[in-house]
Amino acid sequence: MRMKYVLSEVLVGLWRNVTMSIAMIITMAVSLFMLGGGGLLYQKVGDMKDLYYENVEVSIFLKTDVTAEQRTDLDTKLHSDALVKEVTYVDKEEAYKRFQKMYADAPDLVNAVKPDQLPESFRLKLNNPEQYKDIYDQYKDSEGVEEIVDQSKLLDKVFGVLTGVQNFALAIAVWMAIAALLLVANTIQVAAYSKRREVAVMKLVGASNWFIQAPFVLEAVVAGLIGSILSMVAMVALKMVAARGSLAALEGLITPVSWSDIFLTFPLMAGVGGLISAATAWVTLRFYLRV
Amino acid sequence: MIQLEQVTKTYPKASRPSLDNVSVSIEKGEFVFFIGPSGSGKSTIIKLLLHEVAPNKGRVVVNGKDVTSMRSWKRPHFRRSIGCVFQDFRLLPNRTAYENVAFALEVIGKTKAVARRVVPEVLELVGLGGKEHRYPHELSGGEQQRVAVARAFVNRPLILLADEPTGNLDPDTSIEIMRLLDRINRTGTTVVMVTHDSNIVNQMRRRVVEIESGRIVRDQARGVYG
Repeated sequence: MRMKYVLSEVLVGLWRNVTMSIAMIITMAVSLFMLGGGGLLYQKVGDMKDLYYENVEVSIFLKTDVTAEQRTDLDTKLHSDALVKEVTYVDKEEAYKRFQKMYADAPDLVNAVKPDQLPESFRLKLNNPEQYKDIYDQYKDSEGVEEIVDQSKLLDKVFGVLTGVQNFALAIAVWMAIAALLLVANTIQVAAYSKRREVAVMKLVGASNWFIQAPFVLEAVVAGLIGSILSMVAMVALKMVAARGSLAALEGLITPVSWSDIFLTFPLMAGVGGLISAATAWVTLRFYLRV
Repeated sequence: MIQLEQVTKTYPKASRPSLDNVSVSIEKGEFVFFIGPSGSGKSTIIKLLLHEVAPNKGRVVVNGKDVTSMRSWKRPHFRRSIGCVFQDFRLLPNRTAYENVAFALEVIGKTKAVARRVVPEVLELVGLGGKEHRYPHELSGGEQQRVAVARAFVNRPLILLADEPTGNLDPDTSIEIMRLLDRINRTGTTVVMVTHDSNIVNQMRRRVVEIESGRIVRDQARGVYG
């Protein structure tokens, strides 16, 4: 009986103030969508960093007129360097093979280049890819070194952009969450005001505090959950649009977002949406009803 | 049943205490009037007994429970043993007489079946038989107060508090409400009534506690308004 009473009060409450309820749900949905998207991006960027930095190389290209002595010297130094995990020497033949593979689409270019024209190089894997700068400083003036190229510089740029997008999404999520919070507080106040007589009687005859508060808190939680379902729907829609084509190009660059990734964000969004609503409603009631 | 021991209550920002070192003891089954001019502090007594406010000094004991040190989360359960009637009835306008009384039962966890059994009985007792399905605006002031009394009494509380229950009623209707309270008192319920209706006090000839400026100036077993 009591459960039925509480539930019907929740529905009546949402309906009584339906415009505010809709505003609350939409704001909540956008906020949670941004939160879920930001979280997903954060996770993906983490995955990608692992994947890309794992394979990142520092290349030390040698001058074409490098002497065997200079080369051996460098080789010994690199092998004994604590920062370096792995050293691979790439001679002109090997460089040519790689070049052929890389430009397989452009046979004219491949034909125009002779193995002789390509520089020898040392390919390094570092223990910590971020210590690239130390390697650079140490070897840039060594004899026989033409140029030091670090792939992670490019990656840094890519990840800089992705992190920016992610922070932007989270910032919007926070602002929308604040708006949602205020709307919840307002909705609860309006609801409490419109039920002030009932609440006064309930307090007088000794209804328990949870019984007085439950319909209001649940009203907010239901709105929060509807919001999280809407944001889930938006995510699924986005994934479908992305798979359809317009964003498919990005899929190669960004590690693909699987359905399970998307559905796993739902508990996060529903949890955050529900908890934020419940907490806000509860705090509002403490001030407003003094129960 | 009710003990106030050297109770002092000063509201914040008030220049003098509403109740100043007041001690009263009320036995089970008594009918007590608290009388005095407006602002004398008599309504504060009701608030203390309901645990709506806490005293600054002294002890308040109701039904053997020390209300002074009661935690607020225990308040709801404590209130179930006390019925309360006010000058302004405090009925829910969108519910019928029956629903108003049943509401009070349902929100403390009684089933609809219990309400169906108990509510008609208590409405009959207060003399509203046949008017169960009227809304408050379809009832006279006296009838509305009867609904309020029914709601206060439906749980068979040990104590019935009445804060100027006849304040909004004409003299004849007031007498009828007093007869009703008297009948409830005869079932063994302790009745504490705050009023400044001299007519009623004089007719009832019950214990009278007079308060002036927060102090008890008179406590008579079979008093008049004086």
